[in-house]
Amino acid sequence: MNSLILGSIPELPLAHWIDNFVNWLVQFTGFFNAITNFIGSINNAFQWVFDLIPIWLFIVLVLALTYYVNRDKQNWGLLIFEFLGLLLIWNLNYWRDMTQTLTLVLTSSLIALVIGIPLGILMAKSHVAEVILKPVLDFMQTMPAFVYLIPAVALFGIGMVPGIVASVIFAMPPTVRMTNMGIREVPDELIEAADSFGSTEWQKLFKVELPIAKSSLMAGVNQSMMLSLSMVVIASMIGAMGLGTKVYFAVGRNDAGNGFSAGLAIVILAIILDRLTQSLTRTRRKN
Amino acid sequence: MSTNKSTKVEVKNLTKIFGKRINKAKELSRQGKDKSEILKETGATLGVDRADFKIYDGEIFVIMGLSGSGKSTLVRMINRLIEPTEGEILIDGENLMKMDKKKLREVRRKKMSMVFQNFGLLPNRTILENAEYGLEIQGVDKDTREKKAKDALETVGITGYNDEYPDQLSGGMQQRVGLARALANDPEILLMDEAFSALDPLNRTDMQDQLLDIQERLHKTIIFISHDLNEALKIGDRIMIMKDAKVIQTGTPEDILTHPANEYVEEFIENVDRSKVLTAGNVMIRPMTINIEKAGPRLTLKMMKANEVSTAYIVNNERKLLGVVDANDVIKLVREKKGDITPIIQTKVPTTAEDTPISDLMDDISQTGIPFAVINDKKQLRGIIVRGAVLGALAGNEVSDFE
Repeated sequence: MNSLILGSIPELPLAHWIDNFVNWLVQFTGFFNAITNFIGSINNAFQWVFDLIPIWLFIVLVLALTYYVNRDKQNWGLLIFEFLGLLLIWNLNYWRDMTQTLTLVLTSSLIALVIGIPLGILMAKSHVAEVILKPVLDFMQTMPAFVYLIPAVALFGIGMVPGIVASVIFAMPPTVRMTNMGIREVPDELIEAADSFGSTEWQKLFKVELPIAKSSLMAGVNQSMMLSLSMVVIASMIGAMGLGTKVYFAVGRNDAGNGFSAGLAIVILAIILDRLTQSLTRTRRKN
Repeated sequence: MSTNKSTKVEVKNLTKIFGKRINKAKELSRQGKDKSEILKETGATLGVDRADFKIYDGEIFVIMGLSGSGKSTLVRMINRLIEPTEGEILIDGENLMKMDKKKLREVRRKKMSMVFQNFGLLPNRTILENAEYGLEIQGVDKDTREKKAKDALETVGITGYNDEYPDQLSGGMQQRVGLARALANDPEILLMDEAFSALDPLNRTDMQDQLLDIQERLHKTIIFISHDLNEALKIGDRIMIMKDAKVIQTGTPEDILTHPANEYVEEFIENVDRSKVLTAGNVMIRPMTINIEKAGPRLTLKMMKANEVSTAYIVNNERKLLGVVDANDVIKLVREKKGDITPIIQTKVPTTAEDTPISDLMDDISQTGIPFAVINDKKQLRGIIVRGAVLGALAGNEVSDFE
């Protein structure tokens, strides 16, 4: 049946069109080089800082940060977990790999945030933007993440930067969505209150909408961070260094031991990042 | 009410239609179709239909109606939170509809503030920061706005909660903060949208009293939305009743009670607890009085016989109440041929002021036999309250034998 109906229609050269498009993009080398340098320098800055800090100090700083963000309701279990977990990573000699992975996650989360939050705001404010962005976000999130690697390599070469770009594309949608949702869910009465007192659009955004949308916005950031962490192994295939590389090599060598221990290090990092951003999500009180 | 009323807000032909086929809906409404017919034919909802009214400077103007009557839409058009479909809104003679965004913002910042049904407080800000909001967005410096916000909080009786958050306060207190936030801007007009409806009855009464209190000091022009007629009658200088997007009647509480415009208003006021609305002045009747400086016992007796009363109220030349005399005592005086009624005057007469609500007098009226004397602050007798007249008034009859 299918062949009867479709037989007369030639196969669409979709793949060919996409190739052409990517090849067309490649000619803007200058533009993509500039982006590569820019993202690379953010990445290097993070890495430079992490390399500079002695490991013991790093652990102390993570514990202090956890203590600070949970100052209302201390979570001693988390502090102990972080201490032991980081010691384990150190002990297993994954410290540098861990900081490389952390760098990749932080850089791509930062970029996802800087692009995603304004997009989310735009989406909340404009119906047209919402109609256009929704399917784009769905596409970004459901397209298998591996696929992004191909144009990323063509445009950004190999190494950390294409890995970060692929992570940003894959990880950004939750931030956009949750920002949009958070702002749309601000109670009408508060919007009316802001308007009735004569707020400008910017005042309304910064003094009412964003502060009230803060917890759902932070939940989006948290999700983006977790998604970009899930990209580290995939990104290692195109030369992004870190714990992902260890896992990737272990897969190649059928080395379950090293594979799991590097995987465990990723889990520890994920839990620490998740709990830290979740603590930031909770609304804080002065007294 | 004040004698020289200057118009603060004037609304002309104000209409709001929600939906798509606005022109068709407008046409139908001109043809006299009602809200439900228009909705059925066009799918458009008539929010407010050609409202025309004036609000005077310094009055409390209550817009009354059940849910869906368009009262909340109407109040939101007065500060253009909802854009009117057509019509004019004049504030101090200036047409709000012709203002650009910037000018409108200025009016919202300086001239009118709004108080919301569910308070509309920002949960992430402290009480003080909430009260400061209006001033903060105007760019008022920290010290000044803090001082003004604290003053406003004090005016509404909230002190010592500056650093708490809204959800740590009871509903009544949150609404006081809402009121303080509105007052901190020192606006000329207060828009209050069902401001007390979310509060429990005790708190509501409290807030109503407090609003009247504040109004006595500040003399704002207050536009108050309510679905509770008792509330409207209590606080309103004038009341406008709306039904299905249309204005039905505008008038003073007494106008509304005594001359309901149509059956709808009549039905509405049937449920009112009239004892809270009617005052001693409303139900008092003309007493039989004797001027002590003109009449002796004989004349007194004659007049009492003529009027068929057993008690007479004794006043002096200035109509100041001296007391009452009983017919039996007067007869005794006449028999003893005495010329002065002063010794038989009973000075213990229950008295009350004209503006006392009947609800405050009910218990006493039902217990004492002697009618209450209504006197003014110069102790002059204005009238008396007899049991029959009170019951009649509560039943909805007009007290007609007083000019």
